[in-house]
Amino acid sequence: MNIMSMTAVELGKKIKAKEITVLEAVKAAIEQIEKLDGTYNCYVTVDKEGALKRAEEVQKLIDEGSLTGPLAGVPVAIKDNMCTKDLLTTCSSKILSNFKPTYTAEAVLNLEKAGAVILGKTNMDEFAMGSTTETSAYGVTRNPWNAEHVPGGSSGGSCAAVAAEECSYALGSDTGGSIRQPSSFCGVVGIKPTYGTVSRYGLIAYGSSLDQIGPIAKDVTDCATILEAISSYDTKDSTSMKRDDLDFTSALVDDVKGMKIGIPKDYFGEGLDEEVKEKVLAAVEVLKSKGAIVEEFDLSLVEYAIPAYYVIASAEASSNLSRFDGVKYGYRAADYEGLHNMYKKTRSAGFGPEVKRRIMLGSFVLSSGYYDAYYLKALRTKALIKQAFDKAFAKYDVILGPAAPTTAPELGKSLSDPLKMYLGDIYTISVNLAGLPGMSVPCGTDSKGLPVGLQIIGDCFKEKNVIRVGYAYEQSRGYEHSPAVMGGAQ
Amino acid sequence: MANNITDETIDYVGILAKLELNEEEKQQAKDDMNRMLDYIDKLNELDTTGVEPMSHAFQVQNVFREDVVTNGDNREQMLQNAPEKKDGSYKVPKTVD
Repeated sequence: MNIMSMTAVELGKKIKAKEITVLEAVKAAIEQIEKLDGTYNCYVTVDKEGALKRAEEVQKLIDEGSLTGPLAGVPVAIKDNMCTKDLLTTCSSKILSNFKPTYTAEAVLNLEKAGAVILGKTNMDEFAMGSTTETSAYGVTRNPWNAEHVPGGSSGGSCAAVAAEECSYALGSDTGGSIRQPSSFCGVVGIKPTYGTVSRYGLIAYGSSLDQIGPIAKDVTDCATILEAISSYDTKDSTSMKRDDLDFTSALVDDVKGMKIGIPKDYFGEGLDEEVKEKVLAAVEVLKSKGAIVEEFDLSLVEYAIPAYYVIASAEASSNLSRFDGVKYGYRAADYEGLHNMYKKTRSAGFGPEVKRRIMLGSFVLSSGYYDAYYLKALRTKALIKQAFDKAFAKYDVILGPAAPTTAPELGKSLSDPLKMYLGDIYTISVNLAGLPGMSVPCGTDSKGLPVGLQIIGDCFKEKNVIRVGYAYEQSRGYEHSPAVMGGAQ
Repeated sequence: MANNITDETIDYVGILAKLELNEEEKQQAKDDMNRMLDYIDKLNELDTTGVEPMSHAFQVQNVFREDVVTNGDNREQMLQNAPEKKDGSYKVPKTVD
């Protein structure tokens, strides 16, 4: 079996059993990157030298017996908004084109402790603002299922890298769907954990109250294993939650008998592609046949999630991104007159149009006279959305629906109409507002051969329900490799 | 009701956002913002009287830790990223006369 077509856990087992060396695994990944990344552009930075060196170190630790975990020696790709010491971290923005962090993000550090070998940093929408990975300053990423289509976003590079098997697994971040939607578009599994489960220390902030780091991989087993490795209570992140139930792999059980599944009618109405609907409902039937109790219900407030999100996320972004001013790191404009003009010139040339659009909107909704009408109104709406989910989870163990209303759009078709692009996040965004865990699991392809994702949403801290349902469903179909790695690359 | 952002508002927001927009970008920003605000105004359909604004999904408050320095002196490494530096400090354009 080809090294790169294995799941992360399968590869980890072979490395542990000394059937494959860490160096062989890393070389196989680099070979695949060299073969395919010219087409798909999943990476902003490939750290070949660092990965080869690290492979030798990790092998030594495995041989000594000090690294025994399931991910030891397995090569990983990291989204380019997580700080990696001495390794270029750009957020796919010109303003950070030369930024080499002096420390490593806590989640990445946790992976390193588990023996991960970092291959490089993956492409994304600039500062994670976008749904297609087309707002990157370093070129678009293409979908491994069809290179004329987008991979989704903002973690498009990470999801495409997993689908093109240019890494064994990847980390992404999810503020409004940025792990689940591209996972859906690329036919891979991705989890956004409960807010506060994975430390945000070293994650370059977009919308701090919504951002969470999560795993992206070929299957649910990998994702549960990775999530177990990256989750930790961290005093360096004041929103970190102390949890004693981080043994996510214990939920990898093929049994949903008696589990209560809610199907929100509001997730299957207008705007949902017929083929996506069909595939998602077929997946629901599989779970029903395995003994789950399925019931339709009205979630309500769904149409208010997107406007509330754009107010909150833009407001937080305008504040978070004020640190990029050409003083401490990154790009500084060449010509300017005085300090304030330097800030303005640097930021105007350093940020792309989508980032500027959101900073402007965020600055406006936080400005005196509009704060109550927009920002506080959005926070009140958020509270109501949370209540609606609380009500639903009083009755159901999980909620099922599509991850996105369509499959991956063609390249170049989304950015001209931002509002329409924002509407594509309708099923994912409320999960971030309510702080809930959510997962996308592949559930088939449409007539164009593009993947569809089933979204599984759980109550706060109930990742295990999500993992259990995802795992049980997955047993019915297995992993489908993308055409990019099946000799059908275009 | 359709929103109508004025040139003055865009100029003011530009100052808050520390962004310099040319005439074309200003017009675009105005159009974008009007359209987004029209959409956001949908929130006004909701009666939120008596609902407390929720900034974080969980009620975690006053998270303190001991004020102990745990990281080393990274001055030299941090200055490596500075666009301009001088005598161990960040160098910025003259701010006071």
